[in-house]
Formats: sequence, structure tokens, C-alpha cells
Amino acid sequence: MTSVAPETSTSEEAWTDRKRYLWLFGLLIPTFPFLGGGLASLTGWNGFWYIGPVLILVVIPLIDLSTGLDRSNPPDDLIKSLEEDKYYRWVTFLYLPLQYAALIWACWLWSGDSLSLAAEIGLALTVGTVAGVGINTAHELGHKRESVERWLAKIALAQSFYGHFYIEHNRGHHVKVATPEDPASARMGESLYMFLPRTIGGSVRSAWRLEQPRFKRRNQSHWSLRNDVLNAWLMSIVLWTALVIFFGPQILPFLILQAFVGIVLLETVNYLEHYGLLRQRTQTGRWERVIPAHSWNSNNIATNVLLYHLQRHSDHHANPTRRYQALRDDQEAPVLPTGYAGMIVLALFPPLWRRVMDPRVLNHYDNDVTLANIQPNKRDKILETYGTADQQSVSS
Amino acid sequence: MSSYQCDSCGYTFNEVDGDPREGFPSGTDWDDVPDDWACPDCGVREKIDFVVLDEAG
Repeated sequence: MTSVAPETSTSEEAWTDRKRYLWLFGLLIPTFPFLGGGLASLTGWNGFWYIGPVLILVVIPLIDLSTGLDRSNPPDDLIKSLEEDKYYRWVTFLYLPLQYAALIWACWLWSGDSLSLAAEIGLALTVGTVAGVGINTAHELGHKRESVERWLAKIALAQSFYGHFYIEHNRGHHVKVATPEDPASARMGESLYMFLPRTIGGSVRSAWRLEQPRFKRRNQSHWSLRNDVLNAWLMSIVLWTALVIFFGPQILPFLILQAFVGIVLLETVNYLEHYGLLRQRTQTGRWERVIPAHSWNSNNIATNVLLYHLQRHSDHHANPTRRYQALRDDQEAPVLPTGYAGMIVLALFPPLWRRVMDPRVLNHYDNDVTLANIQPNKRDKILETYGTADQQSVSS
Repeated sequence: MSSYQCDSCGYTFNEVDGDPREGFPSGTDWDDVPDDWACPDCGVREKIDFVVLDEAG
């Protein structure tokens, strides 16, 4: 807004982005394989190859638990200039060369005979961690209008063979989020292990279906390289084939394992982002507009810095094209007890997860559990448990 | 010819240019865009939520 120029400059003086240089910490993740390998060769202890999962599942949750919350928001009138500051996008771009350097180095190590089997598996899990967080980097890039960022998103996804995510997430998940129709929104009572096959399979089907109408409208075949699902998968085929030709077919188990770990990591984060939350139907039968109440948030700073503010998830769903540095904490959004990293650990233990999260879902809906997104085959039991069986039953 | 804007992210569809990537060639009438077509940039809003920008041609 041009009319408020003096006010803008006042805000600029008053507000500086304290996280500006902290975002660089995100670039540590793709260096995990090198760090682990270096420490393993210095100490001779193979445990260091497992540095990726250990940092994500143990160290970062502990940092989140021991450091305070960061609720700082940029002032409204600075959002635009903050978004236009190119520094922030270079921070995300730089993830890619590091990610691929790690992948190639790991292929080379795996193809040689210097590593024990335990070390090789640790390496694959650590590279898988890099791949999973790489899907989050692709997520940030893929939401943008600039074609260079959309291309980089697909390149980041090639390693984990998850290129269809670019379509499914933006055109499927964001449209259907917090409804029973969305494969990537977890339901109350649904364990992580039930959710994973549903979201992974459902996302492939959803992406494939989402790409068809735009070709049909012009009477063209969707079996085309312009199909963003097919061209993204082709990128993975080319990458994996090149790696296998160069390093030999013995790296195939490594490629599959690291991709699997990356996909599971990403989908576990999906699990906790919307667990149990439901948009209600409007009078016209449409789903109500997405509001902050439809995503779980967290202001734990360690995970927020490493995942580009992904935990400010309500603002992300309200403004999906907004750049990470400008995402804001929303006071009305439901809040998780700790950061996403710690919640991943909790999700691995379904009874523990439900003990922590089901009461929070219930509380979010003022004890009316019928307003939640409930796993259909658990519906009767959940209604019974939370004492609302006599209330109206919402069919989903 | 009119333009229509997503009130969430500002994406604009104008009938002159259409949106070829979405399967709407230039000159596509807004009436020919299906009601459940979601904003290609943000996915938050659908066609029926778009606002008319101008009626001038």
C-alpha cells in the first residue's frame, strides 16, 4: 500500500527478522550423511552412520522441549518486502545441491565394500532423512508461482520418487484438507500405521486423477510428458537409472530404502498436521472454507527453523503461496504439545498418541466429538468413549 | 471479456488469455469453466468464490 509508506519505514526500524540467519540451520540436514561418515571414520564407531534418525527423533525433540516458544510475527506491512527478499529463497535452493551431493556420495560408499552392513543401513536411513526433509523443501518450492521454483520442487522430489506429491499436495490436499475425502488428513482413531498405506496409495491415485481433466478439456491424451505426474516420475527414472548404471545394480536396495524412509517421514508429518480435524458442511453442501482451526500448529523453534515454518500450518493453509519467512503464528489455531519432531516419535506409538491427542481433539471441539474427523470403523467406539453416542451421528 | 480473481491469493483468470495449462485455451468463456475448478495457485478457493474484476473489454 503506497499510502502508508511512512508507517512502513517505522515498522522496518522496529522489526527485524531474528530468524533470518537461523534459517541456514536447515542446510545442516543434507550434511548429516557427511557428518555421520566423518564421525564414524574418526571414532571407528558405526553408530554415527545413524545420525539422521537420531538427530530428528531424539536430539531435535529434546531441543524443542528445552527451548522456549517463538511467537514472533512480522508486521502486516512488512510481509510483502520480506517475501521479496531473495535471500530467503536462496536458503531453500541451496538444499538441493547438498541433498544430491549426499545422495551421490552415499551411492558411491554403498557400491564399494568399505562399509559393514550395519553402517550401510545407517547410511540409507540418514540419507532417507535428508530425502524426507527434501520433500519438505520441495513443498516450500512447489507452492510458488515462479516456474524456476516449481522445477526445483520436482528435482528435489526425484530422489524419493515422490514427484506426484507436487500435484497431489497443491491441487488435492489443499482443496480437500480436513475432510474425509483427503487421503493426507488423518482421522481421529486412525493409527499412523493405518494412515501410511492410505495416504501413500491415496496420494498416487489422487495425483493421477487430478492431472486428467485439464487434458480432457482440450481433447488431448493425459499420457503426455506435459502431465506433471508423468514427467516427475520420469525424472526419478532417469536419476535412478543413471545412478544404477554408474554405481551398479547393488545400490538399488539403498535407493529403495532411502526413498521409503523419506516418504514415511514426510507422511508421518502429514499424519500429525490435521489429525482429527474436520471442516463442517455449509448449507449448500460444500465444505466450509479452510480456517486456522483446521491445522495443528507449533511454535517450537528448532523444528520450525529446520522445516521452514511448516508448523505455522494454519497460516500456510490460509495462504498457501505465502513464503515461509512470512508465515505467521495464529492465536486461534489448535496447538500441539510439542514440535512436529517430537510428535513424530509419539505417533510411532499409537496408544500413547491417542492418549495425548484424542483429548486435545475433543477439547478443540468443546467436547462434541461428532464434529471431529473420525475413523469410520472406530466411530461407534469413539462416540461411546466420549459420551456423545446419544447425539446426532454425522455420516462421513 | 471479463477477468475473475481468486479472493484468497490474487490469481486472475481472464477470458482473453484463458489458462492453457489448465485446459482453458484463450477465449474460454468463464461460463465454460466448471464450478468446482479450484484456484490453480492456492487451491483454497473454487470458481464460484472468484470475484469479477472488470466488465470492460
